[in-house]
Amino acid sequence: MARKEYSFYPGCSSERLTSASNYMVSVEAMCKKLDVQLNEIPDWNCCGASIGYAEGGELPRHVMNARNLAISEQVNKGQDVVATCAACWLGARETKDRLAHDSDMLAETNEALREAGMNLQYKGEQEVRHMVEVLIEDLGYDEMKKPVVKSLEGIKFAGYVGCQTNRPFGIAGESFENPKYLDKLVEIVGGEPVEKYDQKVTCCGGALAFSEPEKSQAQIKKIIESAYDHGAEMIVTPCPVCQMNVEVYQGQINKRYGTKFNMPVMYYSQLMAVAYGGSAKDAGLDGQVIRARRLEEIAAKGAR
Amino acid sequence: MGDINTAMTEQYRNDFLKEVEANVEEGQWVKMCMQCGVCSGSCPLGPAWEHPPQEIFMMIRAGRREEVLKSDSMWMCTSCYNCIVRCPRELPITHIMHGLANYAHRLGLAPKMNPTRRFAKKFWNNLTKTGRVNEIELSVGLYFMDGFKTGIARAWAMKDVGIGMLKAKRLNPFGFVTHKGCKDKKGIHRMLKKAREIEDRRKGFAA
Repeated sequence: MARKEYSFYPGCSSERLTSASNYMVSVEAMCKKLDVQLNEIPDWNCCGASIGYAEGGELPRHVMNARNLAISEQVNKGQDVVATCAACWLGARETKDRLAHDSDMLAETNEALREAGMNLQYKGEQEVRHMVEVLIEDLGYDEMKKPVVKSLEGIKFAGYVGCQTNRPFGIAGESFENPKYLDKLVEIVGGEPVEKYDQKVTCCGGALAFSEPEKSQAQIKKIIESAYDHGAEMIVTPCPVCQMNVEVYQGQINKRYGTKFNMPVMYYSQLMAVAYGGSAKDAGLDGQVIRARRLEEIAAKGAR
Repeated sequence: MGDINTAMTEQYRNDFLKEVEANVEEGQWVKMCMQCGVCSGSCPLGPAWEHPPQEIFMMIRAGRREEVLKSDSMWMCTSCYNCIVRCPRELPITHIMHGLANYAHRLGLAPKMNPTRRFAKKFWNNLTKTGRVNEIELSVGLYFMDGFKTGIARAWAMKDVGIGMLKAKRLNPFGFVTHKGCKDKKGIHRMLKKAREIEDRRKGFAA
């Protein structure tokens, strides 16, 4: 039996051939080494993300999240729910919080849930947690360091925490303005964190990267520029929206602003998968639009 | 939708604050704002808001209903939650802005061509169709939302991003056909229909 077991909510962007499939690949490799078992919630649905508010309203969004949580309560009994995506975690946790404090809405949610299959009822029995939270609180930094067989020595990472993994809930004990956990994760795998990365919690524009590209790209430019200014070679993030926005629009930003950005944007789990001795494929490095050559080289070498 | 707007105007007369408290998500918090302006100063897209959150709160209390609901300001919210964690009175500002935007949209007063409103509508329709987001359908649908010719131009402008994602195997070119979504699609549709009915009844939207 695995050391830890969780009810897993992977979310839409984790599926094969979707925008964060490389995150999912690396999370699988990371969890295998840490002996953490993820039990996928059967037939999970989309959380509605933040942008779902406009057409979805309140109750339909909460009902979507409650369906996942109710299935989890029924199938993965006694386990905490874990999400890897910032938006999935936030959406599910907001629903849990709201329904805990609003008995009318809880009753309405269950009335709607009865219309779905599986004879569901949401009770609010399980905690809703982010993967990073679980790693830090249930395993701890020391345990995360144990499987490290390769050092990412000499690579400087700008730890870009972004918004929704950080606000409004965040990781216990961390500040909203200057959370340190991502830098600690970088240190564990032997990398060098940028201590004074001043765009650590800047918004990348989120969903507005689609609808207001100019405004979002001005945000993204600040995030990348500061990483370069502090001598970073790569950016590392815990959020799929941050990862995609900061990585894939660099070409467009270069055209718009005459910059020469070409900086890889990685997930924490990719750094850990490489440090734990995983291949480039295990770590999802082939899923980068801007390739992380130094990490690929380290992954290709035999374990130290 | 226009009818609902008329009904709401008649029901609440000049008391827009009361209307917001009754019908907008977390609207009961609006009266708590003390006008410090931390929210406006914390917003990443702050300069793009014609009326920043602090101003919106005052406008609601001043009964400037049309100006608030027709504004594109709330549609600038990126859901970064800066305002929420910094508000000294702990108002759930992000949710209030979402709630106002949603309410304006439901009343048919939100700016028709606002790109975020249109994207958000597409996004919700996309995800509820199968229960899960179909990314290729969403992005291509977005490019072609204003017709074929504009669509081609937009897709061309975005081609490098798309090719990058395809090469990295993070976009499914066959997703239009192969996207499966949830098994219990029918159940999810029934559940959402019910949720919408309940919410409409509670908020007075039901006919």
